[in-house]
Amino acid sequence: MKPFLYQFQIETASCHAFTLRENTLFPRGWTRNFKLERELLENPNRNNRSVWSRCLLVCAVMFASFWTGATHGEEGVINNWRDAIPRVVKITGAGGLQGLQPYQTGILISPSGHVLTALSYVLDTDEISVTLDDGRRFYARLIGAEVRREIAVLKIDADDLPHFDLNQIVSNVPAGTRVFALSNLFQVAVGSEPVSVQRGVISIQTKLSARRGAAETRFDAPVYLLDAITNNPGAAGGAVVTRDGRLVAMLGKEFRSAVHHTWLNYALGIDQLRPSIKPILTGKKMANAEKEEPPRPESPLTAAILGVELVPNVLDRTPPFIDRVRPDSPAAAAGLRPNDLIVLIDDRLIQTVDRFCETLERYESTARPAITVERDGKLIDLK
Amino acid sequence: MKRFAPLPLRIRFVGLIGLTVLASCLGTSSLANGASVDRAVLDAEARRIEVIDRAAQTVLAIFGPDSGDKKISGGSGVVISPDGFALTNFHVVHPIGPWMKCGMADGKLYDAVLVGLDPTGDVALIKLLGRDDFPTAEPADSDKARVGDPVFAMGNPFLLATDFQPTTSHGILSGTHRYQFPTGSILEYTDCLQTDAAINPGNSGGPLFDADGKLLGINGRCSFEKRGRVSVGVGYAISINQIGHFQGVLRSGRIVDHATLGARVAFDANGQVVVDDILDTSDAYRQGLRYGDEIVRFAGRPIDSPGAMKNILGIFPKGWRVPLVYRRDGNRQTIFVRLAGLHHEGQLEQKIKDKPPEPPIPKSPIPAPEQPEGKKKEKRKSAKELEFTQEKEPIPMPSIVGAHYEKKDRFANYHYNRLGRQRVWSSWHESLGAAGSLSGTWHLTGHTDGGQPFSWTIDRGGVTAKLPGGQLTLDAGSPSGENLDPPHSGGLLSALFFWNRIESQIDQAFAEMTYWGSLPASAWSAEYKDNQTAENGPLEILLGRRDGVEIQFIFNAKNGRLVGIDLFPHADAAPCEIRFSGFKTVNGKTVPCRWEVRHNGQRYGVFHVEQWQIEPKPTTSQDHETKLQ
Repeated sequence: MKPFLYQFQIETASCHAFTLRENTLFPRGWTRNFKLERELLENPNRNNRSVWSRCLLVCAVMFASFWTGATHGEEGVINNWRDAIPRVVKITGAGGLQGLQPYQTGILISPSGHVLTALSYVLDTDEISVTLDDGRRFYARLIGAEVRREIAVLKIDADDLPHFDLNQIVSNVPAGTRVFALSNLFQVAVGSEPVSVQRGVISIQTKLSARRGAAETRFDAPVYLLDAITNNPGAAGGAVVTRDGRLVAMLGKEFRSAVHHTWLNYALGIDQLRPSIKPILTGKKMANAEKEEPPRPESPLTAAILGVELVPNVLDRTPPFIDRVRPDSPAAAAGLRPNDLIVLIDDRLIQTVDRFCETLERYESTARPAITVERDGKLIDLK
Repeated sequence: MKRFAPLPLRIRFVGLIGLTVLASCLGTSSLANGASVDRAVLDAEARRIEVIDRAAQTVLAIFGPDSGDKKISGGSGVVISPDGFALTNFHVVHPIGPWMKCGMADGKLYDAVLVGLDPTGDVALIKLLGRDDFPTAEPADSDKARVGDPVFAMGNPFLLATDFQPTTSHGILSGTHRYQFPTGSILEYTDCLQTDAAINPGNSGGPLFDADGKLLGINGRCSFEKRGRVSVGVGYAISINQIGHFQGVLRSGRIVDHATLGARVAFDANGQVVVDDILDTSDAYRQGLRYGDEIVRFAGRPIDSPGAMKNILGIFPKGWRVPLVYRRDGNRQTIFVRLAGLHHEGQLEQKIKDKPPEPPIPKSPIPAPEQPEGKKKEKRKSAKELEFTQEKEPIPMPSIVGAHYEKKDRFANYHYNRLGRQRVWSSWHESLGAAGSLSGTWHLTGHTDGGQPFSWTIDRGGVTAKLPGGQLTLDAGSPSGENLDPPHSGGLLSALFFWNRIESQIDQAFAEMTYWGSLPASAWSAEYKDNQTAENGPLEILLGRRDGVEIQFIFNAKNGRLVGIDLFPHADAAPCEIRFSGFKTVNGKTVPCRWEVRHNGQRYGVFHVEQWQIEPKPTTSQDHETKLQ
């Protein structure tokens, strides 16, 4: 897998200045500029003259592309967002009861089948399936998740897939920018049918927590609000792209105000998610660490040593709720309480009671890993 | 009835003044800022305004007559012909009944009458009365529409428009060729368009236009789920191409059924779409389709999933024929399949009667407010509702509607069936030439394709045929469903007998004689291409029934000529098909002199008629006449 280069902040003030005027975010030739910036950053001691001559060349190319863009670029712009459609996939998984629909949407982020999506109950099964735009259907593995961003990365076994390059995303898209939202809302599309497309405008970039008392989300980074009704059942994990088809954001899970019961149409900026996606893609943060399993310690850690007792493990996938905490135990000292839902152990995603026990067994009995729980809808880190 | 009064012009003036003030404000402010708007933007804006203005003239606000005990019902519609034919949803007109009031952008309210119903496709054809120069919407080719195309929906959401000015909402096409499962037992949306333009209750039946103001489809359905019954950016429109298939049939005043292939398809282990089950009474089976055959194309479109098959099947009315390409042992075969009805005889009509359709969009003008969880809806009748429940005198049907409506079982409006039948009948007689009738005893002689002589004598008493294989007779008294002579023809003698009979007396030859409607020639015979010359133009069908026999007389709509007869001895039997050509003028009458007869996908033979004598019927002779209802 290609490592991602994060040191290049691709959004520069000058870029925005011209892109806004032209109403197309990134003209052709912009990627050349990006590559040059990368080179400059990688080799700061390069021969200056060569750099300057290349700069001039790039300027010339950019000017040329602008000029052509202004004369007959309209068609190219409109065609580009269509190219995003095959990069969005349909996901089916758990659900189907009590209004919880067993489907959502995902975004292909690598040619080898990595799918970015929203971390939700739909993924809470061993049988997640991903249907590509061409109708091919794959079983997917959940390879990693970031609970604070409520995102997950799935992997399917396929090659040469159309995908979004995470290095080519657009950041800090200003309010007023026209965008398209691509998602499998209401599961309208099945098989080889393309996902649904909606058009909208970025209304604002803001924090959900600004809606005091109304928010029930863990996501504390800025999100985009959209003026279109994009967040419908099944739309979570869908892509928000610019008119020229560049990835801006991922549609969030359905989210309803606790105050006035209205539903919010929002999307999580990929630039905010990228730092969380990278460790998953590079294997540093695995949900199911089948690979690179550390040797099992001779005297492993157990729930009893920590002093917690989870709910009886009666289901295939029993959610890891704490039933009891022994007084004066390490767990009590760390602040764990009955009814807490265990979410992470040292940043490992814990979805079931089984997973909780297996994960503890990787530690020495004397170790005290950090545990993150969900309590009253909030994530709490305990040590 | 106040609701139906045209809105005072004053209100429209106020709106105009408001707009003018707003426009001048905008004008000054932009001048003050010194900002200049790109010429192309202004041109596009002006064009959009012009297109919407023009399209708005064709949009209907439909209201039902005040039925007293119901809430206001209504919806939207769009005019498609200058003489007032207009489209709306089945679920809009069904609760209203056979007549309604339609408001148009000219501020006037027109009486309208129901013409035809397509309950499965959720389409209704109505006719506005009183003018023959209505502004009309031009159809687009909805198969060419692409995802992302700008569109606008027009109609009367929440029945807001008391001045009948349609509401416009703008959006893009979110998806094409979508399939939406039936709600309740009918109302299946196949091959439909999906849009994010706001479609709300009351928009039902209204038009979805493309950027040029051409009609793409009829809005009728939305996905809502838990957000209350208002638009969430997911609306569906029945494609105008599907409606185009049904339009000629809907004009017959009938309740039109959708089609089935008589076979079920599924994915096999290799992911190919194969025949999983097939009825041996289906036309596809008769033409050679068997269990396990791979379906390659259907109605000219590639089939890559069983769903695609279902989607395409849904756009055709019962009785259409479509090409089907299948593969068996590596060999491709193309057959031209006659589609059977989705429902049994009378079943569809019963479904509508038993249970009114669950509207995909409620007709209540105000959506029920969403209740916070845990709170039960209070069921208490308001004073207003109570007032509505009081018995009221039913509003009498206006006389202009009465002149265009005839109630009959199994018909939406029998008046239009009668009209269609008479029109086809008289244009056929015109086509015959000066004498105008072939009634009497026919003596025909000629030779077959193989050069062998034949002769026919046909009159109301029966048929006598001298064929190369021997002599055959048909007696008018014998039940014609059992006489399938000559062998392997499927009932040629019966077909010719009935032909002679309708020449004389259209109303008496059959227990029932109805107008089926019209369809393009390409949907009837594989030989016809889509060009609309007089020879290949649209066809019209008269349908006769007697003793379980169904017989279709097929006419060329452009020149009125009889071009074919299909005789079905009983519901599941393969028809005897006669195709007429080689029209010649014999004794001042233009008649077909080449008859090609087919049965079960095989050619039975071709008859070349050389002599055709007509002996006018004796005025007193009633001897052979069997009593017919």
